[in-house]
Amino acid sequence: MDALLLQLLNGLDKGGAYALIALGLTLVFGTLGVVNFGHGALFMLGAFCAVVMQKILTLSEKVKDESVTFFDAYKEVPYLETWFGETGTMIIDWSVPISLFLVIPFMMLVGWALERGLIKHFYKRTHAEQILVTFGLAIVLQEIIKANFGANPIPTPAPDIVAGSANVGSWFGMGDNLVYPWWRLIYFIFSMIVIFIAFAFLKFTTFGMVVRAGMQDRDTVSMLGINIERRFTIVFGLAAVIAGLAGAMYAPTLPPDYHMGMDFLVLSFIVVVVGGMGSLPGAVLAGFLLGILQSFASMNEVKSILPGIDQIIIYLIAVVVLLVRPRGLMGRKGVMED
Amino acid sequence: MKKFFANQWLVMLVFSAVILTMPIWLSPIGAGYPDLLQKFMIFGIFAIGFNILFGLTGYLSFGHAAFLGVGSYAAVWSFKLLTMNVLPAIIFAIIVAGLFSVVIGYISLRRSGIYFSILTLAFAQMSYNLAYSVLTPVTNGETGLQLERADPRIIDSLFVEPTEGLPLTNFFSLSLSGYEGFYFCAAFLIIGFFISLRIFRSPFGLKLRAIKSNQTRMQYTGFSTKPYLLSAFVISGMYAGLAGGLMAATDPLAGAERMQWTASGEVVLMTILGGVGTLIGPLLGVGIIKYFENIFSAINENVLMAAYSGLPEGLQHFLVTVSSPFVGEGWHLTLGLMFMLVVIFLPGGIMEGFDRIKRLLMKPFSRNKDAVESAEEGH
Repeated sequence: MDALLLQLLNGLDKGGAYALIALGLTLVFGTLGVVNFGHGALFMLGAFCAVVMQKILTLSEKVKDESVTFFDAYKEVPYLETWFGETGTMIIDWSVPISLFLVIPFMMLVGWALERGLIKHFYKRTHAEQILVTFGLAIVLQEIIKANFGANPIPTPAPDIVAGSANVGSWFGMGDNLVYPWWRLIYFIFSMIVIFIAFAFLKFTTFGMVVRAGMQDRDTVSMLGINIERRFTIVFGLAAVIAGLAGAMYAPTLPPDYHMGMDFLVLSFIVVVVGGMGSLPGAVLAGFLLGILQSFASMNEVKSILPGIDQIIIYLIAVVVLLVRPRGLMGRKGVMED
Repeated sequence: MKKFFANQWLVMLVFSAVILTMPIWLSPIGAGYPDLLQKFMIFGIFAIGFNILFGLTGYLSFGHAAFLGVGSYAAVWSFKLLTMNVLPAIIFAIIVAGLFSVVIGYISLRRSGIYFSILTLAFAQMSYNLAYSVLTPVTNGETGLQLERADPRIIDSLFVEPTEGLPLTNFFSLSLSGYEGFYFCAAFLIIGFFISLRIFRSPFGLKLRAIKSNQTRMQYTGFSTKPYLLSAFVISGMYAGLAGGLMAATDPLAGAERMQWTASGEVVLMTILGGVGTLIGPLLGVGIIKYFENIFSAINENVLMAAYSGLPEGLQHFLVTVSSPFVGEGWHLTLGLMFMLVVIFLPGGIMEGFDRIKRLLMKPFSRNKDAVESAEEGH
């Protein structure tokens, strides 16, 4: 029982990441009609925002090491520590959450630039060409990151205060066996909050209403005198921000390297297709569903019956769903029908 | 000119001559060595096959590398179990890849468009992941499948005395290293190109093109499109298997990384870069990508310094700093940029570029006809 619950929790945080990426993908697809293979790279850029923030906060100066008396020894001390002492150390410790303040404007800017500079010219092109150009974009982005940060994963630890594990079991009175890392719990809650905000934004604001109308029928919306193209730019930026937030918060769980985006891209595309192209709730649902199923499949009991199932479960589900429910779990009628 | 291209034997003659003299005319640009030439041939076969599916039917498969990987494994197993002769290995590779593609094609072709891409991608990733984990007894996991001295090699053990060290692949006592290997692969490329030429100009090829332009209309005229699609899929899978077999023949090992989706992406890039749906385009794409991969990744800062040595020192340093991220380790950046530029400005690849130049030159002569043609293509 505990083992099952633990796998459920395991699935939730990974599912959160899938859901966030898939949400952005679907948003872009549903509104702009663009299949964006570069979305994984945006996730990676977000993670590297956390890396950059950590680098900025730990900018160091050389200070003479007083504890060594035999010779002149120098050690690196971050400026923040020399300036603010204890407070400075704490700020450095919190670099990942702080980086979110960098992620939001930066990803918005990146999204805006990409949409204006590249994506908008591809609205009328075929899906194959969209896939290809954004695939090229993903290669370019990840090579730029590789050139600047190297090929190795860069550890970006979470704040000390949440470094350990939460005793989840005792909260629900189920004994002490059910422990779970704090940060992954936080990630799950964080992803829920972001999803909630995104949905509320689309549901309750005028802007969101226009965007949803545009998802239904963009021609009619633009005929009503609304500059839908400008809103689409913002939607693309929004999708980039969501991917970036997902990436930055994932950095402590998975040290960022340049190809993490590609790994997540394939999976989140499958999430989108399973959820149904153009369906936002479908993307979120499928994200969590696949995350949870994946972690169930990696249990030893399951693996002993079906060896290797943990490696292929997601793809297998995608195949089955696509064949049985051609529109995906919650796909709308008329979107990308054959 | 048109008459010349209509005669397939003349085309084949010129094509064979161009391919077989490659070691001569490629050596001035530093690409005339067997290793690279073999790569040209093998990936050329892969891309030609991929083009039969993507170029003719418009079905974008993102999992073709799986067939190449399966072909490699089949060939290496043939080396291990039967004989070091490459002929059975290659036949074996083609058959196994063909069977594999029948299964995957049958399921994936139930959908079209992006769903088809995702399905093929899913199958390829499944094969890749399984090759790494559960199928380790067959694929030898991360190490990759390699030859061993202790392999049975049933047929060889009857006729040949075992040698010291690992035996080498051969084609009836002809060794396949260096230029021999190149000519061996080139023969297959020429055969493959001929088959592709026949397909392009056959009623079968015409039906595939009809599927690309409007599948529904095709069905209304009374054709069941599925068998045609499946045959195109299997044919291109067999080409990939052949390429995988040749890869194993020139270098007898097989690894799962050949099946990863980035490898499938590579063949898509090559085909697009050269020109989708044209006969010769994919080969151009292969040539350009493989050539620049070899040349660009070998350039380092010293080479750049030498290249700009005639310039004033400040300018020299500036140019080196600007261009160094694009070469050596960063050649993928160049590839990505080049690829984006091609998709943005020349969706038909290099072949379209040629076409445009030709049209520009011919413009004064036949304005009206071209205008109609280009208007049709715009849709």
